[in-house]
This record gives sequence, structure tokens and C-alpha cells, in this order.
Amino acid sequence: MARPKANDRLIRISLLVVALSAISILAIITIFIFEQGLPIMAKYGLKNFLLGQDWFPSEKSFGLLPMIVGSLLVTLGALLIGVPLGLASAIFLTEFSTRRVSRILKPVIELLSGIPSVVYGFLGLMFLVPFIRETFGGPGLSVLSASIILGIMILPTIISISIDSIRAVPDSYREGSMALGATKWQTVRMVVLPAARSGLVAGIILGMGRAIGETMAVIMVAGNAADLPGSLLAPVRTLTSNIALEMAYASGEHRQALFATGVILFVIIMILNFLANLTARKQSRK
Amino acid sequence: MKKHFRLKPRAEQKVIQILLYMMTSVAILVLIFILAVILKNGLPQLSLEFLTTNPAHMGREGGIFSTIVTTIYLTFIALLVATPLGVGTAIYLTEYTSERVVTRIIRFGAECLAGIPSIIFGLFGFILFVNKLKFGWSILSGGLTLAFMVLPTIIRTSEEAIKSVPAAYRLASYSLGSTRWQTVTKVVLPSAAPGIATGVVLSIGRSIGETAAVIFTAGSALHLPSSIFSSGRTMSVHFYILAREGISMPKAYGTAAVLVIAILMINIITYYLMGKYISRTSPE
Amino acid sequence: MRDTAIQVVNFSHFYGQQQSLKNLNLVIYRREILGIIGPARSGKSTFLTCLNRLNDLVPGSRVSGNILIDGQDIYQPEVEVAALRRQLGMVFATPVPLPMSIYDNVVFGPKLQGQTNRGELDRLVEDCLEKAGLWAEVKDRLKISALKLSGGQQQRLCLARVLALKPEYILLDEPTSGLDPISTMKIEDTLRLLKKDYTIILVTNNTKQAARVADRTAFFLMGELVEVNETGIIFTRPSDKRTENYIEGRFG
Repeated sequence: MARPKANDRLIRISLLVVALSAISILAIITIFIFEQGLPIMAKYGLKNFLLGQDWFPSEKSFGLLPMIVGSLLVTLGALLIGVPLGLASAIFLTEFSTRRVSRILKPVIELLSGIPSVVYGFLGLMFLVPFIRETFGGPGLSVLSASIILGIMILPTIISISIDSIRAVPDSYREGSMALGATKWQTVRMVVLPAARSGLVAGIILGMGRAIGETMAVIMVAGNAADLPGSLLAPVRTLTSNIALEMAYASGEHRQALFATGVILFVIIMILNFLANLTARKQSRK
Repeated sequence: MKKHFRLKPRAEQKVIQILLYMMTSVAILVLIFILAVILKNGLPQLSLEFLTTNPAHMGREGGIFSTIVTTIYLTFIALLVATPLGVGTAIYLTEYTSERVVTRIIRFGAECLAGIPSIIFGLFGFILFVNKLKFGWSILSGGLTLAFMVLPTIIRTSEEAIKSVPAAYRLASYSLGSTRWQTVTKVVLPSAAPGIATGVVLSIGRSIGETAAVIFTAGSALHLPSSIFSSGRTMSVHFYILAREGISMPKAYGTAAVLVIAILMINIITYYLMGKYISRTSPE
Repeated sequence: MRDTAIQVVNFSHFYGQQQSLKNLNLVIYRREILGIIGPARSGKSTFLTCLNRLNDLVPGSRVSGNILIDGQDIYQPEVEVAALRRQLGMVFATPVPLPMSIYDNVVFGPKLQGQTNRGELDRLVEDCLEKAGLWAEVKDRLKISALKLSGGQQQRLCLARVLALKPEYILLDEPTSGLDPISTMKIEDTLRLLKKDYTIILVTNNTKQAARVADRTAFFLMGELVEVNETGIIFTRPSDKRTENYIEGRFG
């Protein structure tokens, strides 16, 4: 009689162990990165890391400002390209196109979201970089190329999540608004988009995360100079590239400094997510 | 005044509609251009020989057989580790706890980890597996790193899938005298299976396409891996090296085409599973 | 006298701070149909889930007092809940066929018990579907998904599924609330037949249904048992004014 009960307890405990090992993996990674990265930040001063402009690891100079600015610039650039195009496509495909068009295009777009980022980087290198070099001058490997490539890369994510959240708005909302004499666009702008807001923001956050976290595609098109970019056509190095470019041969304090780069990246991503969530919540409360 | 008001929104609507149409065209054309370029330049490279011979001369000659094998090994290890951990965690979170501190911590942890860039997993895997645990650049190091990377995705998608199983099914199962575990295995998991599978297939796609986390953990040796402790080069890494170091553009395109086709097939499977999942969970 | 099957003694139930059943005292006899009537949220359904301890699954659910089933206090720690639930089979207000075939729905309970003999299971399926009045309609398509049946058929399938547990008691929670009159009639006919083998507790929001099929009827109001008596007496000479008002349709 007591057997099933004992079994149930055993299963519960084993599942708890599984869950805890999963969470501890997550915790270990975080702790590990911070444990490796924080001491060197303490040693040379947080200010030098965040605001120092010179990255010369061999001379113990670990200024990450160019990379922080670089990451933020290309992410912003990617959002400026990806968000308007993505939202416009999602709105068009859900509200203004025929069913057949959206039924064909949505799967195509979703398929594209699985394409490896290196492929985007490669095509950027083959087509975009030469185009920018010849049209606008400069080396071509630049903030602009990186922004465009990342913007295109996050397009499928933004479009497909936006389409889902716009479709999730009940038709009765649309009918209610049209019945009051609103045009289609007024309905979209004043009823549909506000109702879909949290989903749209989630899609943008996801896109932002992919852009700031992308490494290989950026390395291929950004030029990777560890200096503050003087213009959109200047080369730039992001935090992720900084880790990837030097990890293989770094040792000692240099390696720790790369972990410090990881810590800063980690914190920036947390702050961006937090801010994005906060604005989403605030606006939806209105 | 009235007339003015009635006309304006219509004109606005026209302008907006044209604008949206143009922006959509740009977005779609760019994406289709990418697909077209890869396939146009890559497909002519493809042959049975390309798929079944090993690369030679740094990849300048030969095919990509060893990179396909390495990719499959890595993905297999990653999913072998991440699937039981992820699904088990999801079952625990949804069926064995109520909303409490532990649950919230685990969920928060999974969400944080989902946002961490893959290069940080690469950095972590490089230091822990390659250096500290002395697995070296190997299939094992790379597979474990990928497992950690996809773990949050699997937890999340499984949790969503399990949560969407109607509560009435559970109640009915319990009322027929099943234990919690019987309810989970006989009723909940079968209903959630397509959703869970979708998460797993998505993770396979991510593992295949990943470069940053793999290049520093599995290494880039071109030979056929002989054990889980030998280094290997995945298709994505191979493609990256061919392209970045300008070794061979035709081979790069060929590899990219194989990658893209593999990812497309995986996406199609996902799509199919999702369709099945939706038709099963919806009331009709 | 009559054989006591279930004895409820000073029983109360709480959801968090809220008391949903207030100090119930009630005896249920073997091989009777006890109807339970009362307005919505009067605690009728909660009472049923207290009998088979499905309420355990609701967070914040608490009980005090005793329920004795065949002399055993079911809230004692040594009670095996799964076995208890097999003793008290339950049919819900909305039919809940599990997403599997008709056949697999019926054998779900026996299979959990480790019963695998194909021939025995086949016989059990026929027997239970026959008793539930569904056999003739589905005997040629036992392998199709149970979700494809009509609402009334699904509810009879749920009844057959309960019978397959070989329970002593059948708990029915407004089993016909979503059904058409013909399906309702079929289920009521089945209940009258089942009475000779089972003790049946029928919660219903339809007072006429209690009048038609119940031997005795209990009236619940806001978590209290107002009165319980022979159905004839409850419907003609209730001793409490509130019962009379409810039956005459003055509220609820």
C-alpha cells in the first residue's frame, strides 16, 4: 500500500535534482564569468574599464569604452533598420495583404530566421562591404555595414513574432473600431497595435538581444579596430568580437580582461532587457 | 469641416498603405536575395562527392564529409544532455511545484540564460571544459557547451507545451486513480509531445548554425573525429574559416548551401510539428 | 436498518481563508442515489471533490472533521489516494475524454493497475460501454479518437470509463448540464439501472432531475447542508423554508 507513495517521493526528488542541476548549470556559468572577470576589474578600477579608451592588453591597459560604444552603436543601428522594416512588414502582411500572400510569406520568413548568422556575415562581406567602400568611401568594414547586416539578421525574428502578436488581437476589436467609422489604418494604429504591444516589444527585445550578442557575423563586416569610431564609415569592434578575436591566445590578466568584457556585456544585456520590459509595462498600464 | 475630416483619414490610409507596401517589399526582397545568392552559387557545388569526401588542402579541395560528421556528433551530444535536463526541469516546474521561491528562481535563471550571447558560452566552455577539465578542443567540450546554450530554450518550450495541456485532462486522469507520475507520463507528456519536439528541433537548428560557441570549444581540426575527445570542425566553423580567410569561395558557397538546406529542412519539420500541436490542443 | 456507506462528521472545507463547506453531518446509504441540489457556489461540487480527495490538487485547500467511507477515515495519512479515487469514480460537468481512442479511454484506469490481458480488457470495454448505454453506437469504431464523439456520447464514455474502475461509488458533478434532453434522458436511465450495483451521488443544478432519479435529496446553501430527506418529502413537505423557496424557484 505504501509503495506508490514512496515511488512518488522518489520521482519528485529525482526531478528536483534534475531541475536543480539545470539551474546550477545556469548559476555556474554566471558565477564563473563574474568570478573570473571581477577581480581584474577591482584591481585596475571599474572606471578604467568602463571609460578607458585604450585597449592594449600586453601593456596592462584595458579600456573597454570603444567596445562598449561599438556594441551599443551597432545594436542601435540594427534596431533602426530592423524595427521599422520588421513592424511595417508584419502590419502589412496581417492587415493589408491578402490571406494568400501572408500565408505564403510567413513560413518563408520563419525559415529565414533559422539561417546561421555566419551566412549573413559572409554575404555582408561579399556584397555590402564593397558596395559601401565604393559608394561612400572608407574601408567598407564599418559601423554602417555591421548595423545593416545585424538589422537584416533580426528582421525575420521581429516580423514573425510581430505577426503572431498582431494576429492574436481578437477580431472583435477591429470590428468594434471599424463600426465606429475608423479607417483600417486608424484601427491598426489606435486599436490593434496598442493591443499587441507587449508581443511587439517582446519581439524587439529578442531582436535586440540577438544583435548585441552576435559575434561572428559582426567580426566579418565591422573591421574590428579597437578605437572609438569617428563616423558611421569607420571600423568598429564590439564587446563580443573583442572576446572572440583574442580568446584563443589570451592568458593571465589578458584572459581575465576578456572575462571582464563578458561581465560588462552581461550587465548591459540585463539593463537593456530590464528597461525594455519596464517601458512595455508602463505603456500597457496606460 | 466635416468633409475635411472624412477625407483626411482616407488619404492618410492610402499613403500609409503604399509606404507599408514598399517597406515590406524591401524587407522581403533582401531576405529572398540572401537565400537566392546562397542557393545560386552553392547548388552548383553540391554533389554526392562534395558530401562524402573529406576536405583537403585546408578545404581548398575535396568535400565537407568530416565537418558534417562533426556537426552531427556535436548536435547529438548537446541534445542528449540538454533534452532530459530541460524536459525534466520543465516537468518539475509545471507539475511538481506550485508557484514558489524555487520555481521563481529556476524560471528567472532560465530567462537570464536565454539572453546570454553564445560567445559567452564559448568563453565559459573554453575555460572550463577545454582548460580546467582538460577535455581539450574536443567533440565533448563543444557538445557540452552547446547543451548549456540550448538548455534554456528547451526548458521554456517544454514548459509552455506542458502548461497548455488542459487542466481537465489532469483532473480526469487523477480521478481515474492515477498517481502524479502516471498522469505525467500517460496523459500530460503525450499531449505536450509535439510542443516539446518543436523546442528540441529548434535547438538542433541552433546547434548546427552556431559558430562562436563551437570554434573555441570543439576546435577546428579538419580530420574525421575518432572519439569524443578528438577535435573537430563543424560545417558552420568550416564555412566561417573558408570565407574569412578567403580559402575558397566556391567551397564556402557550397558549405553554406548545405547548411541552409539543412536548416530549412529542420524548420519545415518544426512547422509540421507545430501544426500538429496546434490542431491537437485546440478544442476542435 | 439501512447499510451506512459514507458517514460525514463535522466536516468543513476551506480554500485559503474562505470556508466553502460548513460543518457538514450526513449519512449516505449503500445502493442509493443521493441527489444534491442547491444554487451555484453552494459547495455541492466541492463536497464531491472532498469525497475522492481531488481537492488535494487545489493549492490552499484544507479540511477539518471526518469523512468515513466503509468505516475508514479517508483523510488519514495511511490512505492511498489513488486507490481511494478508484473506489469513488467521478464524472465531471463537461465531458473530458482524454485525447486517445475510445477503447484506450475505457481501459485507462485498468491499465494503470497493470491489467494487460487483451481478452479481459476487450470484455471489460464491451461490458462497461454496454452498461453506459454507448456500446451499440460505437462498437464498430472503438479505435477512433474519443474527441470525435458528440457531447452526449463523450459523457457516456466518461461514465463507462468510471465503471471500468470497478468502483463502489459513482460521483456525478452536474453530468448533464451541457447536454441535450435526449442525451440527458439516456444518462438518467443508465443511472437508474446502475443503482442496484453502485452507490451514486448526483450533484445537479436541475432540481427536476433530482426529483426524477434520486432516492434521497440533500439541499446545500452557501456551504451548509440545509436538510436531507427522502426525495418525495423534500419536494413536497420540506422542513426548512429556504428549501421550499429554492425548489419553488424563488432564488438560485
